[in-house]
Order: sequence, then structure tokens, then C-alpha cells
Amino acid sequence: MSQEPMKLDPAPSYVHVVWITAGLSCDGDSVAITAATQPSIEELVLGAIPGVPRIHLHNPLLAYQNGDDFLQIMHDAAAGKLEPFILVVEGSIPNEKIKQEGYWAALGTDKETGQPIPTCDWIDRLAPRAQAVIAIGTCAAYGGVHAMAGNPTGAMGLPDYLGMSWRSAADIPIVCIPGCPVQPDNFTETLLYLLYQFVGRAPMIPLDESLRPRWLFGMTVHEGCDRGGFYEQADFAKEYGSPKCIVKLGCWGPVVNCNVPKRGWMAGIGGCPNVGGICIGCTMPGFPDKFMPFMNEPPGAKMSSSAVLMYGRTVRALRQFTQASLQREPDWRRPTTELSTGYTPSWNLPKR
Amino acid sequence: MGARKKVMKEGPERKVDLVTDSPPDSIVEKSWDPITRIVGSLGIHTKIDFAARRVIECHSTSSIFRGYSVFLRGKDPRDAGFITSRICGICGDNHATCSMYAQNMAFGVKPPPLADWIINLGEAAEYMFDHSLFQDNLVGVDFCEQMVRETNPGVLERAEHTEAPHGGLHGFRTIADIMRALNPFTGTFYREALQMSRLTREMFCLMEGRHVHPSTIYPGGVGTVPTVQLFTDYLVRLLKYVEFMKKVVPLHDDLFDFFYQALPGYHEVGRRRILLGCLGTFQNPEVCDFQYQTMPAWGEAMYVTPGIVVDGELITTNLVDINVGMRILLGHSFYDDWAGGELFVKNDPLGNPIDIRHPWNQTTLPRPQKRELGGKYTWVMSPRWLDKRTGEHLALDTGGGPLARFWTTALAGKVDIGYVKATGHSVKIVLPKTISLPETELEWKIPQWSNTIERNRARTYFQAYSAAAALYFVEQALKEVHAGRTKTWNEFQVPDEGIGCGFHEAVRGMLSHHMVIRKGRIANYQPYPPTPWNASPRDHFGTLGPYEDAVQGSPIFEENGPDKFKGIDIMRTVRSFDPCLPCGVHMYTGDSKLLEVRHSPTFGMGALHGKQTP
Repeated sequence: MSQEPMKLDPAPSYVHVVWITAGLSCDGDSVAITAATQPSIEELVLGAIPGVPRIHLHNPLLAYQNGDDFLQIMHDAAAGKLEPFILVVEGSIPNEKIKQEGYWAALGTDKETGQPIPTCDWIDRLAPRAQAVIAIGTCAAYGGVHAMAGNPTGAMGLPDYLGMSWRSAADIPIVCIPGCPVQPDNFTETLLYLLYQFVGRAPMIPLDESLRPRWLFGMTVHEGCDRGGFYEQADFAKEYGSPKCIVKLGCWGPVVNCNVPKRGWMAGIGGCPNVGGICIGCTMPGFPDKFMPFMNEPPGAKMSSSAVLMYGRTVRALRQFTQASLQREPDWRRPTTELSTGYTPSWNLPKR
Repeated sequence: MGARKKVMKEGPERKVDLVTDSPPDSIVEKSWDPITRIVGSLGIHTKIDFAARRVIECHSTSSIFRGYSVFLRGKDPRDAGFITSRICGICGDNHATCSMYAQNMAFGVKPPPLADWIINLGEAAEYMFDHSLFQDNLVGVDFCEQMVRETNPGVLERAEHTEAPHGGLHGFRTIADIMRALNPFTGTFYREALQMSRLTREMFCLMEGRHVHPSTIYPGGVGTVPTVQLFTDYLVRLLKYVEFMKKVVPLHDDLFDFFYQALPGYHEVGRRRILLGCLGTFQNPEVCDFQYQTMPAWGEAMYVTPGIVVDGELITTNLVDINVGMRILLGHSFYDDWAGGELFVKNDPLGNPIDIRHPWNQTTLPRPQKRELGGKYTWVMSPRWLDKRTGEHLALDTGGGPLARFWTTALAGKVDIGYVKATGHSVKIVLPKTISLPETELEWKIPQWSNTIERNRARTYFQAYSAAAALYFVEQALKEVHAGRTKTWNEFQVPDEGIGCGFHEAVRGMLSHHMVIRKGRIANYQPYPPTPWNASPRDHFGTLGPYEDAVQGSPIFEENGPDKFKGIDIMRTVRSFDPCLPCGVHMYTGDSKLLEVRHSPTFGMGALHGKQTP
């Protein structure tokens, strides 16, 4: 990818954010962004960050408008009357081709037919006009829970629907910010990055092969987990509630790309393995099927945790030995009449 | 249709035909789809008589189907909590908790007491967060200056000159000042509430790991590491919220009382028969063992009492009775009938017969089709509760959650933990001294009506109730830690065969999970959240769902005529129930074999032609 800034021409002073929650979703990502503080949604809406366009947010959860008034914004965007805009898609994309009639997911009513407008139609109308498209949450990114084996709707992720190599009007790939739900700041920070990019203050957003921002998803849960030290010492929890490494209780952290243990869930608080929750791999394209049953030890963990056993026990023993010595104060700290610190007072020095 | 439109209202007080003599051109169809500022996808379709200023018909529709129960089928029962949490993006943890309760019953495991206190603390934080965000960032906008200016300029004018009775407490001199503070994003109180919704989510994350799909909730207990620090971190945040509540409750009282005052008759908006259900929340670990046989006792020991209130009378607080009376009717929804399908549970563990239309026995067969308001029009089914006394299938609502919780708790008069006390006719909440405000006692009193304003008022009081109860839970949890009882999880075996049910209060009302295990796998799993109760369509008896019922027949106070009509009174009514549509529309236990057997062409034709099918 080019490292040249790819700004919109002309550089915008505001950017609309058109948000569809009408995929197969729980709206958990819309709710999550109200928790963001780095930056917060009100900072973006009120233009409180210097040097970037402010956003006009059109999200059904937070919208002032209602019904037709809200839908008009979507119609305007589809007709090219609302520019520039970023399209945010939340929820898995159902397959509407697998049934005779009706709909799995829809938003608003078609005035002519009186029937609901399928969400897929909205995506088809809006995506080609968007300067960037964000798939928020694992459902929109890769299909997620609703795309689980045995599902009736044929659900999939947005890149499955539009194609992995799809590019926006500004030649930006789909930006996937997985997480079930999305870690709040991961979204607002990515949105901020795109705003910087739009005004030429950042190069093309760096994405990995699963279309995730690299700076957010480049490390594994385990690499950022504060329980990693227990793993190194082969000290594994045997029951939930233990502060030790929980890989044997179902944690997939060593092989899952996610920054949550490092960043916390919000304000540095919460997370998964760092606070006692097994990582169930919710940021991964293979979620959830490849991680179930969640509470079983991952097959790979059996091998790797056995492999570290010898090394881990050895370093733990050595460290315990060293630590035992470090736990003792030096022996000169006592209320005796003799000073035994090794100090030689100058007034006792023999005269030259 | 003619000008004379009959509208049936249920209940002894309003069981009258509302007949309009207005000219035909005064009756206008108005729809709102999507309803924003709620969670999920909801449409409201009405006919309004602008001459009589009244809604004469209402249909509630939902346009998304996901199918949770189908992909749960055949899965490891322990996965149910992780998966069902994803039903809802604002109260997912309520599902995880409810599922964990159902699993505890099915697996025969009682978690250590500390686990129950930790969950109570997490769920209390969820109520504090969710009600705060919904009340002041979503519902609040319907009462904000910008909205009132557009819908009722006369009311705004009056608000400018009306002093807020509790201005000294909350800092806003006039009612219009409160309204301005609620303007989205620019309003100071809007932003303060948003920030408080974050603080309370931090409290939630301390207990349950992550919001809104928790990482530390397991059958048998929790994975949260119980340290002194954990509870300190929670407590200091809680006390900030306690202080906030001392301003928020009087602020909302001022705002809501003003609407009654400024618009005489406003109590009729969104009013329906008093038919409230609550399944109880906050377990008492001293009593609760999660066994079905003892459920009446531990249900009544909860710190919010379960119960059903009909016409102001508390007819039961017994969770077994409530469970046995549950019925899932197809209503006018996009599903085929499963009558004659598999009876998973014939009798409950106490020997009570379980109906084919009970969630334990539900097999749901989705059939996507065209939407016909006279026929099938929604993905939501019609849960009802069979009142044994009368044989009526009651369309219970949750009052958005808090109204039903308070009503049952107040009447039952069982809860008394110092910070909160049920009196038999009210609920007292004592908030201790905080950094700048003295000890404050609040009292929620049973209102005259089950209506839009009282649903909203109860919400703000329940925020205070949750905070007060959480103070007690912190004390109890610390007692365990100080005594060295820090175990948070107990081991269990998944049985080959078993059943379980979990009862809880999602933020917006009663939540149940019913599970059947066969060969160690999920054979049937049916979650029933509040929204199917509230958002349900007409059933085959012709009984309207609660949104429909509350809107239909409701007067209109908006000053705009049909052209600029915003439907604000209708929006306020629908939002007063705290709609959460993702919860409404996942109920589907697919069985491809059954689907083929049960698919009859005549049935499909009937649906197309708008015939009602039970």
C-alpha cells in the first residue's frame, strides 16, 4: 500500500457518518461507541479535535430524527446528496437469495410497495458512494455469531458480501474493526484515523490481511496479557477465579489477535484473560465455531502448555530461590548499639 | 375504512368502544419506521383521527430475524451463556446471567456466595448504566428543548416561565433549562449522563470483565478475581453515582410533573390496563440454591421481588406459578405453528403439567413473507400469561422494566436491607451522605396509572434503587473476602439429560431462559426477553400487544397538524417501554425435518391472504 497521504479533494470540513445497524446485529457496537473516550463520540461530533473535519453522525441509536426523517438521510446519501460520507455497517449480512419472499433484515418501508427495504438493498445503494466503509464488530467484519454453523439466514460478513478486494470511492479497502462487541476506543480511534487521512494528515490506513487496522490487531491477546508471566512459569489455573494463566480453562489468548488485555475494555479497566475471563476469540474470522465449546482447553494449548512445563518449572524454582533472598532485608537493619552497615565515620578516621 | 372506527381497549376501566364521529378526511395513516433511539429495528404504523386528536389504530412491526435457538441446538450446553449474550447489545450480560442461572439449575450446581454478590454488583451496574443512557440520551431527547419547540411550542413557552421545584438540588432554574440541558450533544446534562453511563460501565467491567458481552460469567460462578482492590474500585465509582442520583431523581420528577401540569390529561398518554410482570433480580445466596423445587422460596428472597400485578393486585410472587403459566402464541408473526410438535417437557420437576405452548416445548418455524398489517406483520411472537383464575391470556408488559419491578416489590413488601425497603405501598431508597450532599431518602410510590410518564419516572427511581442495593452488595462481598471465602466458582458435570430455567430482570423487564438437554447437548433453548412481551403483535384472541395497546386509543397532545406531525406522544409512549428489538426476534428453534412435515400449502396461502392463524 502507498504511504502517500491520500486526501479527499477538496479536503472536507465535515464528514457524514451514515450508520446501518440493520444487519443481523445486537446493536452492541452502537452501544459500545457511547462508551468510547479515546476519543469520545461527542468530541468527534462537536469538532473538538483540531485539524480534522467534524462528523455529522447518523446512527439510529443516537439520532434525533425518527422514521421518515431519519430514512431521508439514507435516501439522500444513496442519491449522492450527502457527501462526503463514511458508511458504517453493523451486523452480519443475511443472504436474501435463499428464500421465496419476505426478508431476514430490513430498514424502513418502501413507499411504493409498502414493504420493508432489505438491508442488503441499502448496502448496494450506499457502498458505491461512500468514501470509506467500516465493518464494525465481528458480525459485519466476518459474520460472527449469526453466521454460526447451522444458521438459517446464510449470514456472512461485509467483505464476504462485497468482496475482499472491494475498494471505496476514495480507493480504501473495507476497514474491519472486529470485536464482539467492538472495543469502544478501537472504533473511534480508527474513525479519527480516517478523518486524518481525508485531510491529508495520515497515509493510507494500514490493514492486515483480514482488513483489520494493524496497530490495533498486530499483537495477540497473550502478548499483551498480564497473566503471561504465569504461562512462562507453567503455572496454570485449575479453576475459574484464580489469578493464574487460564489457558487450560479455555483461553485462546495465545493465538488471537486483539489488544483488549493491553488497552482494557474502557478507561483501562476490564478485559478478558487479564481479569479472569477466557478469551473466546471474538475478534477472529473463525469466531465462534472454531473456538467452541468455549470452556474446553484449546487443543493447541494442551501441547504448548506441556512444552513449557519443564522450562517453566525450572525458572519458577530458580526465581523462587532468588525471590526468597530478596524477601529478606539486609542484616544491618536492627536497633543495636553497633553500626554494621559498613559505614566509616570521618571523625573516626586516623589523622594523616 | 369508514369514519367510525371501533377501538377495543382491554380492562375494566377502558373496556369501551372508542367511536369516532370525525369526518373521514381527518383520519390519516402515519408510520414511523425505523423508530430511532432504541436498540434494534421497530416500526410503528398507526391511523390517527386528527379531529378527535386520538390514535385509533396501531400495529408494531419488527424487521429483523436472526435465529439464535437454531444454532444453539446440538451445541455444548455450557456455550449457551456466551452465545445468548449476543442476543442483545445493550443488555447482553442480562442474558449471560440468565443463561448461567438456567445452567446452574440443569447442572445442579450452586455457586459460592461471593459469585452471587459479584453478579449482583455487575447487574446493578448494568441497570445503572443502561437506564442512565436510555433515560437521558435516548428518551430524554423526546423531552428536550429542540423537540418540545418543534412539537409543542406552547409547552416550551410555559416551561420557560415555570420554576423547577427542585432547582436548588439539580441546578436548573426553570423547566426549560432542564429541557435545554437535554438537547443532544450540546446539552450539559445530556453529556453528564453520557459520562456517568461510562463510569457505571467501568463498574460493570470490574465485575464482569467487558461490556456488554461479559467474559467472566460461567455456569458454577464467575472468573472475576475477588480482591479488596476490586471492591474499592467499584465502591468509589458507585459513590459518585449515588451523588449523581440525588440530583437526577428530583430533576426527572420536576420534568415529568410539569408535563402533567402543562398538559392536563397527559396521564392518558400511553395508558393501559395495569398488567405487569416481573421475574425478580439480585439473588440472595443464603436462600438461593438454583433448584426448581425450592424456586418459590429463593424467588421471594430476591432483592427485587418477582410477581404479576393485574389491575393493581399482586396475584402471585411464586416463580413456579409464573413459569407454568407462560404461553407463547404465534400471533400475527412470520412463523408457522408447532402444535403437535415434540413435547420436550411434559411435567415440571414438581409434577405440574407443561403446555405445548410453554417455552420448554416451543419449536418455532420461521416463514419469511410479505408484510400485511391485516395478516402477518412482524418477526415477534405473542407471549402471554395464562391467568388461572379467569382463563385469560394476559398480555403482560414490563413497564419498561422498573415500573413492574417496583410495583411487585412494593406490594410484596419483602425487601428490607437498610438501603432499600419495600413498604407494601411504596419502596424507600436511602442514599447515604456523599462528598457534597447529605443523606437523602427517596420514595417511589405506586402511581395511579400504568402510563408513559410513570414508566419513565420509575426508571429514574430504579437507577437510585440499583445504586442503593449495590452499596449493600459491596458490604456483603467484602464480608466474604475478609472472612477468606474467596472461592468464586464450583465445579459441575453436564448431565446427559436435564432441564433448566433461568429467571432474571433484563434492564427493560422480565427475562427467562428455558433449556432442555439431551445426550449432553442442547435439545431446545428458548430465551424470552422483555421485548417479545412488550412488542408483541395481536394474538389470535385479538388481544393487542402492549405497545399497540398503549398507543391505540391514546390521545394526541402535539400541536402540529397532519403535515408536520412528528408523533411525539406516540414516540414517548413506545420509548417508555425501553424497546430492545434484537431481544424480540431471535426465537427460532429450527428443525428442518419438522419444517418439511409441517409445511402445508393451504397454511401458506392463508397467511398470504391475511387470515389470522393462531
